[in-house]
Amino acid sequence: MSKIADYLNQSAVENVKQAIAKARQNESYHALLSLTETRALERAAKVDNGLIGGRLKGVPFVVKDNFLAFGAPTTAASKMLENFNAPLQATAVEKLEAEGAICIGKANLDAFAHGGSTENSAFGPTKNAFDQTRVAGGSSGGSAVVTALDIVPFALGSDTGGSIREPASFNGVYGIKPSYGTVSRYGVVAMASSTDTIGCFTTNAADAELVMSIMSGRDPKDMTTLPDFFAPTAVKPSQRIGLVKDFMSEGVEPEVRDRTNEYVAKLRAAGHTVEEVELPMAKYALAVYYIVVPAEVSSNLARYDGVRYGHRAEAVKTLAELYGRSRDEGFVTENKRRIMIGSYVLSSGFFDAYYLQAQKARTLLVNEFDQLFTDYDALIGPVAPMPAFALGANTADPIKMYLADIMTVPASLAGLPAISVPAGKTSAGLPVGVQLIGKRRADAQLLALAKSLECDEVKN
Amino acid sequence: MAAPEILAKYDLTIGIECHVQLATKTKLFSGADNDARFKDPNTVVNPIDFGLPGMLPVLNHEAVKLAVRAGKALNSKIANVSRFDRKHYFYPDLPKGYQTSQMYHPLILGGSVEAPREDGSIVKVRLDHAHMEEDAGKLTHNGDHSLVDLNRAGTPLIEIVSQPDMHSAADAKAYVTELHRLMTYAGVTNGDLYHGNMRFDVNVSVAPKGATELGKRAEVKNLNSFRSVERAAEYEFNRQVELVERGEEVAQETRGWSDATGKTTSQRSKEDAQDYRYMPDADIPPIVLTDEEIADMQIGLPTLPSVYRERWKVLQLDSSVVNAVLNYRPVAETLDAIVERYGAGDVARRVFHWFASMQAGDFDVTAVESGLVGPQRLSELSIMLGDNKLSSTGAKEIFLDLFKEEYTGKMPAEIAEAKNLLQVSDESAIAAIVDEVLADAANAASIADVKAGKDKAIGFLVGQVMKKSQGKANPALAQKLIRAKL
Repeated sequence: MSKIADYLNQSAVENVKQAIAKARQNESYHALLSLTETRALERAAKVDNGLIGGRLKGVPFVVKDNFLAFGAPTTAASKMLENFNAPLQATAVEKLEAEGAICIGKANLDAFAHGGSTENSAFGPTKNAFDQTRVAGGSSGGSAVVTALDIVPFALGSDTGGSIREPASFNGVYGIKPSYGTVSRYGVVAMASSTDTIGCFTTNAADAELVMSIMSGRDPKDMTTLPDFFAPTAVKPSQRIGLVKDFMSEGVEPEVRDRTNEYVAKLRAAGHTVEEVELPMAKYALAVYYIVVPAEVSSNLARYDGVRYGHRAEAVKTLAELYGRSRDEGFVTENKRRIMIGSYVLSSGFFDAYYLQAQKARTLLVNEFDQLFTDYDALIGPVAPMPAFALGANTADPIKMYLADIMTVPASLAGLPAISVPAGKTSAGLPVGVQLIGKRRADAQLLALAKSLECDEVKN
Repeated sequence: MAAPEILAKYDLTIGIECHVQLATKTKLFSGADNDARFKDPNTVVNPIDFGLPGMLPVLNHEAVKLAVRAGKALNSKIANVSRFDRKHYFYPDLPKGYQTSQMYHPLILGGSVEAPREDGSIVKVRLDHAHMEEDAGKLTHNGDHSLVDLNRAGTPLIEIVSQPDMHSAADAKAYVTELHRLMTYAGVTNGDLYHGNMRFDVNVSVAPKGATELGKRAEVKNLNSFRSVERAAEYEFNRQVELVERGEEVAQETRGWSDATGKTTSQRSKEDAQDYRYMPDADIPPIVLTDEEIADMQIGLPTLPSVYRERWKVLQLDSSVVNAVLNYRPVAETLDAIVERYGAGDVARRVFHWFASMQAGDFDVTAVESGLVGPQRLSELSIMLGDNKLSSTGAKEIFLDLFKEEYTGKMPAEIAEAKNLLQVSDESAIAAIVDEVLADAANAASIADVKAGKDKAIGFLVGQVMKKSQGKANPALAQKLIRAKL
């Protein structure tokens, strides 16, 4: 079922040409911000000449445009970095290239990865692979759609609170957010340092296993990376799996619950035990997330000041004006909203009440997860309360938009591995994903479980 | 200036924050060269220091080790767990928009410094803590634009925060001077004040004598010499007392110091103070050190000034002489070697005095450090003086010559010979000259004076002998012979 395998024995140049041709045919989805055609063809020729080889020999892929990568600017879908050409590449990209993979383009995202629909891209939204009137999800919307449209067999994303899992669910592909520290964050535009993770989109679990096993591992350039631990493994039989009740409430659309229950039935049929479990702290996770993450965002975006690189306002008279206007012009509304919230919760007099309190609640959530994992091998629930919503439906109401993250942020705050697995469609033909959450560093076991239950591939 | 009797009605209280640049090969969080001296702007900067998107800090463990060694020299406790935090503000010399520092859990806790004042008494200054942080870059203002140099951005620092334990400008000077000695002895910094290796922020407040609460403090920022610390503290004492005497309030504010005007000026009031929005830095795991690891890092710390002071007591030198030679670790080590070899006698004492009489810049301390001007040459020179082979003036001249390029590698005896400075201590040779002088009619009056008991006149006669011998006669011997003959 591996799609990557189909590319391995082909001409790399042909692989790249076909992928680029398909990307051009599908421009209406606006999934890609740039193609790295020249560099991709050069690398493909080297692969075909035997100069580059490896486990991904000649396999084309796409990176989310917040990965520093050669061949086109790294924009983070923002005016701020519209013309920023990276002088080096992200560790994840380097590792894939070292195995012969070829990056053919850079995928759209919410600017600086702030959002859940890719509508916050400064260059316009990406459209859902199944319905062009609907959102791709986000923030890694472009990467999900290029995978769903079969332009490339895999694409890279980053997941801070659901940015891989939600678009994977909305577009019917696999999306893995690994344990915090599994893949180096070096060379990926930082959003929230304590929850940023690097993962991938694929059409099957085997391909995710391969890509993750290449990308993961200790990187001396990222002090938070864990020692190498990711190794594909056989599925453990008769697992105990917890169905998180808090994720199956009235607020979740019935068809999403139906698909989740069907997946639960498949798990039981495969010999696993599934029981309902409670995660009471889950209801606070979104509030915690929207304090901790904006705080880190406000800090990580402070470097974009128009002084050394990136957008710089013209005809400024004072330093304050240089900062104010460069940042005003370079950031989208959602960036500014998060910077404002973050600056507020960190300011003197509010830090204890918001930031520290939120970190304490985060610890309680982590403890609840740890407690559950003493009894259960994995947890299950939907990825998002609904399938892909209509373009523009939530843009006027940020809170409504944030609610789409309600079931993905808990695993992010706890640093746990979580994957979005395609679980069928709604009656309207929109994909629905279920979320499997594992113990810290149990990424490979989680993928093995998903692989053992592989659904029939979701057909477009 | 407030009158002394007015000043006497007030207590002065001073606390000092000192930034020490650590002498690591590379920066605190990047592999860029940490030595920015004599480098073109922005040439020792890598993508991490430049704050490019996606860059992450990688903690330099050598910097941690130096900080831990500094902690030992400061009598501090080293935290088993310490963390980095981000201090946010916007300025063009701060590439990330935040300075990585340690706000909540610093590495170095407590400690104290016992600093000798010029009169030899001691001021004991307790330390609150010292934390690690990175330096910012440098701005050069050029009319309608400013230039940014990030060479210094990311240089590892420790900031040593004292308790308000100093109560005079002399205390403040004594403290920063001893701090400089401690940090250079511990080998954690080059200690080059001109290049900003150590910089001081001095917090000054005044209160009526006997008051239980401290007055509002002004912070004089970025002082880079011991003398400016002392002068700024003195100036602030006067300024604040005058304000209080006039019934005005001292503003809590940041002030700048000008060496040229000898004045402090207001830079930023408390109302304009920045909210730094400190938060833990999630990119850097905590520094976790076991007691064994800390002890390992502190092994082999060079001998500290206080140890030398104790050891050299037998020389019975003035404390000003001891503290002057202690300003340079290589000098102290060299002197200590001489004491060890020749004991606490005049051979060593003379070398102490030579060094103590030097002003900063009079000699090249690196020549001492490299051993070029080492115990062997210095003690040989001192022994020559002791043996009357040189006059004290001649010996001092050769002492200075030892540091000169043209005499590099020469022994004192060779220099003395080359410069014709060797004294004649051959009694018969000097006796002949004495006879000539006493026979000279021009000296008859002086001879008569000496005979009449006017002892001062003998100096004139000795001078004549020195003149005739072209300065090479041993004056003590000449005097002895003159007396014997009269």
